[in-house]
Amino acid sequence: MSLLQIKNLSVEFGNAANPFRAVENLDLSVNQGEIVGIVGESGSGKSVTMMAMMGLLEGQGRIVADQLEFDGKNLLTISARERRKIVGKDIAMIFQDPMTSLNPSYTVGYQIMEVLKVHQGLRGAELKARALELMELVEIPAAKTRLEAYPHQLSGGMSQRVMIAVALACNPKLLIADEPTTALDVTIQAQIMELLVNLQKERNMALLMITHDLAVIAEVAHRVAVMYAGQVVEEGTVPRLFQHPVHPYTEALLASIPEHSKGARRLTTLPGIVPGQYDRPKGCLLSPRCPYAQERCRAERPAITPYEHGAVRCFFPLFDKEAK
Amino acid sequence: MSQTVLQARDLTRHYEVSQGFMKPKAMVKALNGVSFELKVGKTLAVVGESGCGKSTLARQLTLIEAPTAGSLVLDGVDIAQASKAELKAMRSKVQMVFQNPYASLNPRQKIGDQLGEPLLINTKLSAKEREEKVRAMMKRVGLRPEHYYRYPHMFSGGQRQRIAIARAMMLQPQIVVADEPTSALDVSIQAQVLNLFMDLQEEFHTAYVFISHNLAVVEHVADDVMVMYLGRAVEVGSKEAIYSQPLHPYTKALLSATPSVREEDRRAKIKISGELPSPLNPPTGCAFHKRCPFATERCSQEVPQLRELAGHQVACHHAESINA
Repeated sequence: MSLLQIKNLSVEFGNAANPFRAVENLDLSVNQGEIVGIVGESGSGKSVTMMAMMGLLEGQGRIVADQLEFDGKNLLTISARERRKIVGKDIAMIFQDPMTSLNPSYTVGYQIMEVLKVHQGLRGAELKARALELMELVEIPAAKTRLEAYPHQLSGGMSQRVMIAVALACNPKLLIADEPTTALDVTIQAQIMELLVNLQKERNMALLMITHDLAVIAEVAHRVAVMYAGQVVEEGTVPRLFQHPVHPYTEALLASIPEHSKGARRLTTLPGIVPGQYDRPKGCLLSPRCPYAQERCRAERPAITPYEHGAVRCFFPLFDKEAK
Repeated sequence: MSQTVLQARDLTRHYEVSQGFMKPKAMVKALNGVSFELKVGKTLAVVGESGCGKSTLARQLTLIEAPTAGSLVLDGVDIAQASKAELKAMRSKVQMVFQNPYASLNPRQKIGDQLGEPLLINTKLSAKEREEKVRAMMKRVGLRPEHYYRYPHMFSGGQRQRIAIARAMMLQPQIVVADEPTSALDVSIQAQVLNLFMDLQEEFHTAYVFISHNLAVVEHVADDVMVMYLGRAVEVGSKEAIYSQPLHPYTKALLSATPSVREEDRRAKIKISGELPSPLNPPTGCAFHKRCPFATERCSQEVPQLRELAGHQVACHHAESINA
């Protein structure tokens, strides 16, 4: 059984008469010990999906789903008190900008210990020892003195390590990382990714990684879901999906990376931009930009359909291209 | 042999920073003796992580600030000897495109007026002629005629960057300095903007100084590459030389840390530990020695100078033995 199971999730914002669907009919499952990547451009609904799951959209968005289950518990019907027991303990999250996700008024040590106090009831010397252990786990040099440091005294990479320590404090079953390395320099990014993957292996936890960087996902993930304008358009295993994309959007996204146009003067591009709130097409959301679009694509919206190596949301998936 | 349009020799810029009341001022050596040549219609890419002096370099090249020491020869004129009037004329030859198109456009001014402003200030064209020129340039960068009367907030990030590029191109400058022009954009939009850069270069023979931390993008656009670390150039050479045979350990580490979608493009990972040092308190000797896996006694004492090796320039004491 999967650790996280999402079926047919939709999230809407705005008034009922003129709603904006940030996420539409999303299916996703994550198994224990698995690294799953969600890739997509800005506004594709990656972060909103996660926030809906963690109950962070209360009072802002309307969440509808056939199933939203974590570790056998239904997250849709759960009470706020129950949810607080899960979030931060069994599900932990790290965010894009470590500098703004730490509280500037408290020491790093206090912020790690806070989690341990709330969820595990640790006190006194035991609490201190565990906090120090966590700082060492995320390879922060001079961990003992750094416990007393305030966030502004740490670099971006160090702050992200602290965030990881906070997230791992209660041995979560699922760690959600939302663009964990986007704000960091290349060499620091490599260090943080290595740390995350090592910790994931060691603890056999599930890691759900949200990013716009295809290359990061290609290097670490086992499975990947590609999102476009609120929908998952293709899902599959790594590296197969990167070698044989079957959705036109995945194909175009991969083609637009400079790496794929080596030696060419121009890059391959997908014309146009992601549809916004007011110009969502009636049919397939990609149809105005898709080079393969036909009559049917403009009239109807395709459903996500499983095939041999994954699932794809397209009437005319690029199976024939695989032969090449 | 193509002509040199810009020549920098030992370009240096130091800043004084206050350490607090009654404390002595500290000196940040943001740029420390950087030399290079830029040829007509070619692209020099400047690569490095935060704090390496990329943006300080951009400020010197665009004549926003005067360098502390060293010489800058622009189109045959030494800027240190130029009169005020000459400097003013020279500034219109070097234009800049910034990282964040949201912040670099005036939110209260219509696009047509913003694009016309450089012409209004620097030329004696009539209003009608200016509008003609603006409309021609808008068409050239892929904006529609009705955009002339719109404000910046009505555009997407990619379109705004097109506007910023159009503004930089209005005076047909000889040099455009682009500081991380695509790092705020999504992958598919990045491809469109990079293509625009390439097309404009072909048409106007503009020389680019392209500042970026993204090595995949640099590989696509650059003719020559300069790798910087903490205010100094550590390796300079043609793109082919640097990517096929990086000599400096830092260049190697940067290239190996860059994730890649295709397995065949991935390089053996070189692990470099530690953080970027603070420019306020740089290490003695080679600035990289504390993170370098090949560092010896000599590296911590003696600053390595750029020297010729295997067709490019490298600043490392042990370049031969590492690459033997």
